[in-house]
Amino acid sequence: MGATQTRPEPQYQDLVEATGFSLEQIKNLHKRFEQLSGNADTISRENLERIPALANNPIKTQIIEAFFDKRNQHGNELGSYEAIGFKEFLMVMSHFRPPTLRTTEEEKEAMREEKVRFLFNMHDTDGDGKITLQEYRRVVEELLSKSGTIGQEAARAIADAAMLEVASTNVPNMGPDDFYEGITFEHFQQILKGLEMESRMHIRFLDASTAHGCCRK
Amino acid sequence: MLPRIAPFNRTGFARTVPELGLLLLAILVLLEGSVLPLGAASTPETNTHGEANRSGAVEGHSNHTKKAFPVLSFNYESVKLPFEISLWVLLAFLMKLGFHLVPRLSGIVPESCLLIVVGLLVGGLIRLAREEVPPVLNSKLFFYCLLPPIILDAGYFLPIRPFMENLGTILMFAVVGTLWNAFFVGGLLFAICLIPQTPVLNIGLLPCLLFGSIISAVDPVAVLAVFEEIHINELLHILVFGESLLNDAVTVVLYHLFEEFALVGSVTVLDGFLGIISFLIVALGGVLFGAIFGFLAAFTSRFTSHIRVIEPLFVFVYSYMAYLAAEMFHLSGIMALIACGAVMRPYVEANISHKSHTTIKYFLKMWSSVSETLIFIFLGVATVEGPHEWNWVFVTATVILCLVSRVIGVVGLTFVINKFRIVKLTTKDQFIIAYGGLRGAIAFSLGFLLDEHHFKMRNIFLTAIITVVFFTVFVQGMTIKPLVELLAVKKKQEAKRSINEEIHTQFLDHLLTGIEDICGHYGHHHWKDKLNRFNKKYVKGFLIVGERSKEPQLIAFYHKMEMKQAIQMVESGGGSKLASAMPSTVSMQNIQPKNQAAPLKPKERALPQLSKGREEEIRKILRTNLQRTRQRLHSYNRHTLVGDPEEEGIKDLILKKQMRIELDRKIKEMANHLTVPARTQDSPTMRRARLASDPQSFTVKPSADGVPVIQVDLASPQSPDSVNLFDETGQPAQNDDQGLMMKTKSSESDKRSEKDDLRDQQKLMRCLSDPGPAAEEDEDEPFLP
Repeated sequence: MGATQTRPEPQYQDLVEATGFSLEQIKNLHKRFEQLSGNADTISRENLERIPALANNPIKTQIIEAFFDKRNQHGNELGSYEAIGFKEFLMVMSHFRPPTLRTTEEEKEAMREEKVRFLFNMHDTDGDGKITLQEYRRVVEELLSKSGTIGQEAARAIADAAMLEVASTNVPNMGPDDFYEGITFEHFQQILKGLEMESRMHIRFLDASTAHGCCRK
Repeated sequence: MLPRIAPFNRTGFARTVPELGLLLLAILVLLEGSVLPLGAASTPETNTHGEANRSGAVEGHSNHTKKAFPVLSFNYESVKLPFEISLWVLLAFLMKLGFHLVPRLSGIVPESCLLIVVGLLVGGLIRLAREEVPPVLNSKLFFYCLLPPIILDAGYFLPIRPFMENLGTILMFAVVGTLWNAFFVGGLLFAICLIPQTPVLNIGLLPCLLFGSIISAVDPVAVLAVFEEIHINELLHILVFGESLLNDAVTVVLYHLFEEFALVGSVTVLDGFLGIISFLIVALGGVLFGAIFGFLAAFTSRFTSHIRVIEPLFVFVYSYMAYLAAEMFHLSGIMALIACGAVMRPYVEANISHKSHTTIKYFLKMWSSVSETLIFIFLGVATVEGPHEWNWVFVTATVILCLVSRVIGVVGLTFVINKFRIVKLTTKDQFIIAYGGLRGAIAFSLGFLLDEHHFKMRNIFLTAIITVVFFTVFVQGMTIKPLVELLAVKKKQEAKRSINEEIHTQFLDHLLTGIEDICGHYGHHHWKDKLNRFNKKYVKGFLIVGERSKEPQLIAFYHKMEMKQAIQMVESGGGSKLASAMPSTVSMQNIQPKNQAAPLKPKERALPQLSKGREEEIRKILRTNLQRTRQRLHSYNRHTLVGDPEEEGIKDLILKKQMRIELDRKIKEMANHLTVPARTQDSPTMRRARLASDPQSFTVKPSADGVPVIQVDLASPQSPDSVNLFDETGQPAQNDDQGLMMKTKSSESDKRSEKDDLRDQQKLMRCLSDPGPAAEEDEDEPFLP
């Protein structure tokens, strides 16, 4: 670890407790953070935009936005940051930790809710607690954004159909004049129930010190 | 995976039908018993004296001209082989039927057990009739006729996503686990044979190892048969099943290796090294062959748009050729089949018609069902036949060692695997995996293949193999279901894939890829994403015909879902059952924001601004699926089978009709909502939009904005699949054979709406009456989902 540590060790300990990562994992992520930020203390959106591999990702903007979203910091604030520090970076990453063999059922439930909440926040861009039809349409459009004109035209229909499905399953008996305002968090949890988020939404965080061969700038 | 035949009627009928069925079965079994010995008895004569007979008959004929002309004669020899085969197949199916007529039985005892018992009975009967049973389960028949359909069925419908996600684990179990089993069992058996107290067992190390390699492989047929009934969760199912498929390569190599060396008598390090290389070649070569044939099949299917009727044949023949080609080179035929099916499926399904797709599905299920049934019956028959040499020590040692080695193997491997897995395998999982390691007919056939002269102990081996197979199938097969209940193992989720789940699965994929990129290491998602992009860019364009090659996965899924809904609606008997899929009163207007664009009137806000875009899309779809040529069909023969060109059009039209009826009905109820009287000539876009949003109350938007309207006419009245939708109405286009075409909108009278629609629906329902096999969601997964 030749580089000078920008944080003393005790602060890592806080992070271990706050995010659930191991010390090794935090060190590795810190290295990556420094890489991204150019050895500064904070990273901004431009730093993340510059990652070349992200260019092919259709939902790049949403992902980057999620890092700067205050709601993902386990607090109650709304809005977004301009630049985030390492702590905030870690908090966002902690959403992607996998369950271990020792995770109890309650912990798994809590984990699932946290992950689903993360997804919800990604969709609910205006922060009103509901995913409206416009926002959902935007999601599907972004998903199909790399697929040309066919994608754009169908996106609307797909979003409408999906919204309808959510409404039908959650509020089956609506009168002809009622209006379904948007997908609330509970409804959102309901539709994703089948996907078992706690087992699917995770990535592998490196434990040991990484060989530089497998990392990229 | 095998279709279940539901009992016809549970209440009053059930008492008589099983009895009838049993009577029929008894008759058939007796028939088999009597015919087979007849056939077997005449076998030696047929081959050698067939010629003599015939010439003798001719001579006889010319000599005994005074004899009366035989009005009725019996000649069994000429139809013997096909007759016997058909008799066996018939027996198999009647057995299957019988099991399902007895309601309690199939719940307690797995079918495989019942079938083996039936085989035992039949074998016993045949043996009673004569001294010996003709060898029915000869290895050639097994490996070339009975096994491929099952494996192809498994490979074609293999759920790719869970398979790929767990590939590392599966390979560990398949390769390392089988090796461990083989050496453990073989080695310890040899050790047992060395003990001086054991009676008369003089088996060398290499034959023991050979035996170990035969007995150690988990059998896909048995696993399929048993696991299909217990509905455990996807992960466990794919682990055990994947292992049973992939261990074929190991088995092939070990078998040939030890068979060769058992003759020589010794093995060196070099041979071991060559064995490893051979394994790699066998496995990878098999997969390569399969992939090549799969791509060939996909490429061929690109051009079959004019001869839809032979499309299923390509799938079957290419796969079978892949299997045979691999077997020719002593590579793993099973892996070739799996690779072929899995590789060709996403592309072939994008190219072929819906009917062909149904055909393929049905045929595969049917053939694999027949094969499986026959395999188990023959196993029973072959057991009766023997040859057996019972040796208590050897047999019991084999059974115990197999169990022990499996448990140790699974536990040990899981310990190692869990270090690399993210979602760890729990103890319960390990137990099910260990318990699900069933042996079956492949082991038996491999034993059968052993040369009698080189292996004097072949009979002992066969007896031991049969005992192990019986033990695993009966004991483990019967008890696994209650154990699964007892241990509360997670079961398979039966929910259908919804559009929301699909959207979020895709979203999640991209999200995880992005996070991995931000984190900075090449993970599992990164490579998957790369492969997907490669596939989309190069491969799809090459293998998929027309517009569908550029269709994103999500849209493909959405269209498939719509199609399914449409078919469902047609089959559920018309628009009145519209709400069957979604029993709710929610409609588009409930979710549209109230402040819609100004030009739309309040009542019309129900129609989103879909017209232009949707219309374009529908045009594209119709264009790719409609045949532009005229369809004049006077007679119904195979060569002019009216395929799917109209199918899509019919479906679209049906949907429109459905919608219109529903709409008209609702309009009548809410009489004051109409701004425009119900028109028969709506733009398909709007109807499609309505379908897409499953509306209950809608008004009709007048065709404004110059939206061109596509009218799809069906084929001329002579076509067997055509529906005389417009013939009573003096439609000007019917006088010549227009076939399918697109015209701009013409004015229609709207009087004929209701009456014709109902009648047409009935006709259409008859045409499209094939309900298709039971909804299997496995097939919905796109390539690398």
